[in-house]
Amino acid sequence: MITLNGLVAVCLTYVVFLFVIAFFAERSALRGQVRWLKAPLVYTLSLSIYCTAWTFYGAVGSAARSGFEYLTIYLGPSLVMVGWWWILRKLVRIGRSQRITSVADLVSSRYGKSNLLAICVTILAVIGTTPYIALQLQSVTLSFEVFAQPGVPSPEEGLRSYTALWVAFGLALFTVIFGTRNLDANERHHGVVMAIAVEAVVKLAALLAVGIFVVWGLSGGVAQTLARIDASELGSWQMDGGRWAGLTLLSAAAFLCLPRMFQVLVVESDDEGHLRTASWAFPLYLLLMSLFVVPIAVVGLDLLPAGSNPDLFVLTVPLATGQEGLAVLSFLGGFSSATSMVIVAAIALSTMVSNHIVMPIFLRLTGNGASVSGDVRHAVLLSRRLSITGVVGLGYLYYSLSGGGTALATIGLVSFAGVAQVLPAMLGGIFWRGATRMGALAGLTSGFAIWLYTLFLPSIGSGALSDAIMAQGLFGLSWLRPQALFGISGLDPLLHAFLWSMTFNVTAFFSFSLASFPSPLERLQGAQFVNVFDHSGGPRSWAGGVAQTEDLMIMAQRILGAPEAQALFEREAHRQGGRGLLPDPTPDFLETLEKELSGSVGAATAHAMVGQIVGGMSVSVEDLMAVADETAQMMEYSARLETQSNELSRTARQLREANQKLTRLSVQKDAFLTQISHELRTPMTSIRAFSEILRDSRGLTAAEHIKYASIIQDEAIRLTRLLDDLLDLSVLENGQVNLNLRQGLLCDLLDRAAAAANDGGHAVRIRRNGPNEQLMLNTDLDRLSQVFINLIANARKYCDADAPELEIRVSEKTGLLVIDFIDNGSGISVEAQDLIFEKFARVSDRQAGGAGLGLAISRQIMTRLGGEISYLPGYGGAAFRVALPRNFALAAQ
Amino acid sequence: MPKQVLVIEDEPNIIEAISFILSRDGWTVKTHSNGLTAVETVLMRKPDVVILDVMLPGKSGYDILRELRDLPQTATLPILMLTARGQTKDRELAERAGVSHFMTKPFSNAEVLAAVQALVAPVGDAK
Amino acid sequence: MTETGPEISPERPRSPLFLQRQSYRRRRLIDAARFLPVLGLLLWAVPLLWPTGEQEPVHSSGALIYIFGIWALLVLAAFVLSLRLKVGGTEPGGGG
Repeated sequence: MITLNGLVAVCLTYVVFLFVIAFFAERSALRGQVRWLKAPLVYTLSLSIYCTAWTFYGAVGSAARSGFEYLTIYLGPSLVMVGWWWILRKLVRIGRSQRITSVADLVSSRYGKSNLLAICVTILAVIGTTPYIALQLQSVTLSFEVFAQPGVPSPEEGLRSYTALWVAFGLALFTVIFGTRNLDANERHHGVVMAIAVEAVVKLAALLAVGIFVVWGLSGGVAQTLARIDASELGSWQMDGGRWAGLTLLSAAAFLCLPRMFQVLVVESDDEGHLRTASWAFPLYLLLMSLFVVPIAVVGLDLLPAGSNPDLFVLTVPLATGQEGLAVLSFLGGFSSATSMVIVAAIALSTMVSNHIVMPIFLRLTGNGASVSGDVRHAVLLSRRLSITGVVGLGYLYYSLSGGGTALATIGLVSFAGVAQVLPAMLGGIFWRGATRMGALAGLTSGFAIWLYTLFLPSIGSGALSDAIMAQGLFGLSWLRPQALFGISGLDPLLHAFLWSMTFNVTAFFSFSLASFPSPLERLQGAQFVNVFDHSGGPRSWAGGVAQTEDLMIMAQRILGAPEAQALFEREAHRQGGRGLLPDPTPDFLETLEKELSGSVGAATAHAMVGQIVGGMSVSVEDLMAVADETAQMMEYSARLETQSNELSRTARQLREANQKLTRLSVQKDAFLTQISHELRTPMTSIRAFSEILRDSRGLTAAEHIKYASIIQDEAIRLTRLLDDLLDLSVLENGQVNLNLRQGLLCDLLDRAAAAANDGGHAVRIRRNGPNEQLMLNTDLDRLSQVFINLIANARKYCDADAPELEIRVSEKTGLLVIDFIDNGSGISVEAQDLIFEKFARVSDRQAGGAGLGLAISRQIMTRLGGEISYLPGYGGAAFRVALPRNFALAAQ
Repeated sequence: MPKQVLVIEDEPNIIEAISFILSRDGWTVKTHSNGLTAVETVLMRKPDVVILDVMLPGKSGYDILRELRDLPQTATLPILMLTARGQTKDRELAERAGVSHFMTKPFSNAEVLAAVQALVAPVGDAK
Repeated sequence: MTETGPEISPERPRSPLFLQRQSYRRRRLIDAARFLPVLGLLLWAVPLLWPTGEQEPVHSSGALIYIFGIWALLVLAAFVLSLRLKVGGTEPGGGG
């Protein structure tokens, strides 16, 4: 016979083994070897926390007491899993895209990130789960007692308490160590999940081993077992139809709403493919778990003395038949069931309590909010650890207060009915856009209240509700009797409570939803949840531009940790196209940040924290419309079209300008040919005419002879000059010019140019300022002089003022010697300004004798000299600027 | 009574040459060198023949020609056009504007004389 | 405020009337996946019709075989569906 100490040793070894597994899983996750941790099988096995000690031990007990009823607890979840395409797929997708941390967070996030709702769900979950944790502690204690019985005739209270206390302590320790390693709920608890998967295998193996032993070892085969079942007191189908249907629905609802199930189903899941595998693998697991329950029950009833606790048949049947090893394995199976449930429930509840109760209070107490408070990250972790301890502690407290009596046995289904109150808000939230916060709140509270009154309080035994109330109803009103509301008596109490609470819950949910009007944020989130498959992008809920990115950074560092926050901000900055470390607080960025934060502290808190810094949020109707289905895409598309068409019209404008210039240049080219023809033919006409006169005319006077001959000469010179100019220009344009660098004073150069240009005829008055011109130049003086002469001659030819006047200003500007020639005429029209430097561009109507090559030549010369000549608009008269690099100009003396 | 010819031209040397050639042949030569006032001068002087340059300050020879052809008094006036722009399109432009004769510069003196004489000859025959 | 004005109309993008054979098959698979839990619920509701009490009751062995048989069939069907759905790849729109 195995001793109690031996059992404790086995138990401790097993616990150490679990610690090691969890540790190695965490370590390989840290090394990035997460592939095998993320296998669909691990996911499926982690779902097995649905099978707690209550189902491990209690299923056989239930079968022994009431036949096939235990099956309903497994049938509901099987249907939910098989029908994953309906609900679970959507929940997982929403959980991932909204970074949901718990069932409370889901409801809160859906209904406008309302913290009040989150608190309601959290309280409901705590009240529903605490007795359940107590139940697990009780089952472990009872299973210990089974082994202790031979040694200790009557179990003492002390032993019971000790066992439960140590188990509670160990569980809290494990959960704190592996459940709060990382803050972000979306970074999975690999260690915990792995340990749970191992425990799932252990409990399945244990139950299968006992079952196989019973069927083949004790009963002698399948056929004999079936015959034995038919012959037993469970021999025929005796099942209350209402309970059969009601419990199936109840377990299906609870499967979705239980905080620990939501934790493993949605929060720890990161791949929809896992769900696909689990859709058949988990029903198979449940099938195997329940397959041998009836045979064990029947054999137990047969084998063991009357009055034995059927809840412990799984242990006592092997023990009674001397299979100690099998009994220990079975014990470990029950132990695994209890511990894995407590661990995950503690994690799930602590997340809710910490995010929705402790953190908001902490943030309020620390006053000015997230940006100035201390290390929030540390605070969150601490609050989560305290919450875990608190949750497990509550479970222990409940266990020791309730005395571990039989009252606990029914608590499983009571708890199911409690958490199922979340179902209408949850399903309504993900399928119905019209569901509102008010509706969810009303449904939850009414359902919760009725559950509390009709089921929970009566279930915890005498003291909670007095016998008078139970018998005569609240305030003596008989229609308020807890187990016969509105006079409907004779119903099974559980069904009665489930029916009424759900009826009130759903009715309140719908009617308040229909009557109230949701806030913009609610409608936004509603669209996000209901249409989660249509758009994966987040809602735009923040009005950007006012947030201080540095403040956000400080806050994010405190919650996410410095390296993670910096990486996030840098990534976002890159995505926005910037090169810095801080992104602009665009609505997009704020949305991303909020989701990251909500992975750590929950949607409502994250929203509040960002809100404190950003300073208010605004969701406009435009935002709502943007979220609605493809409107956003269409807007983006049309915006893109608009940009494109803007770009096109810009290009078209540029093209048009270029074309206009080309056309003008082409006209100029034609004009150039015409001009050159004209300029050459005109002097030639005179030459030919007078040479013919000289040749053919008789009787010319000597004076006439001389006159006509000199005309011929003048015109020949004019022709030569024109040809010279053309050649000059051609040489300059082709860059085949040699500069003849000499030194000279600017004032001398201007003197000579003025004299040459103003030679004879009506002269232009020139105003100069002497001192500035005392500059020694080192350049091609002849060429520069050519430019000056041309400019002065132009002024003389084209200035249309009554008293033509030309001002020559010399100045220096940042390394440039600048000489401006400004006359007092009417200047050059704007459209002509960019043409005047072209060849033969004579913009004036006045016939001025030149061929229109002067400015073209001047420009070429200035380019060769390394300077430039330009027209200065806005001086009234025609104004030209000659600029030379300063190093060509040396200060005189 | 000698026939009168009006030379509208802005190059002084060319004016001098034409005047010399025509006056030697017995013509009364009047000259004018501004495009803007050319039409008025023609109406005032009532010449028998006009010699018209194309590139005049103020107004192009083509415009002057068109205006003269639009006026009843000068619709059939013989007009000889001289131009330094010898392109085909210039000749076409002039003919469309109603020129009597078109010559490009440089010209031979004999040609000018012959052209002027030919322009007034039909009138003389009619007499 | 009433539900008028620029209210969101969550109309899906118009799907083509005729689908390619492959996506047609996939849609029907999804339909099957949706129908499976309904079928399971109906079959598991059959025991509600079984006589209880004084009438000739259904033997427990038969009841067990019936319930677990349906269970096994559901698991098998879900398994086949999950394999076929995997081959078809994931459809972001959820199949309409």
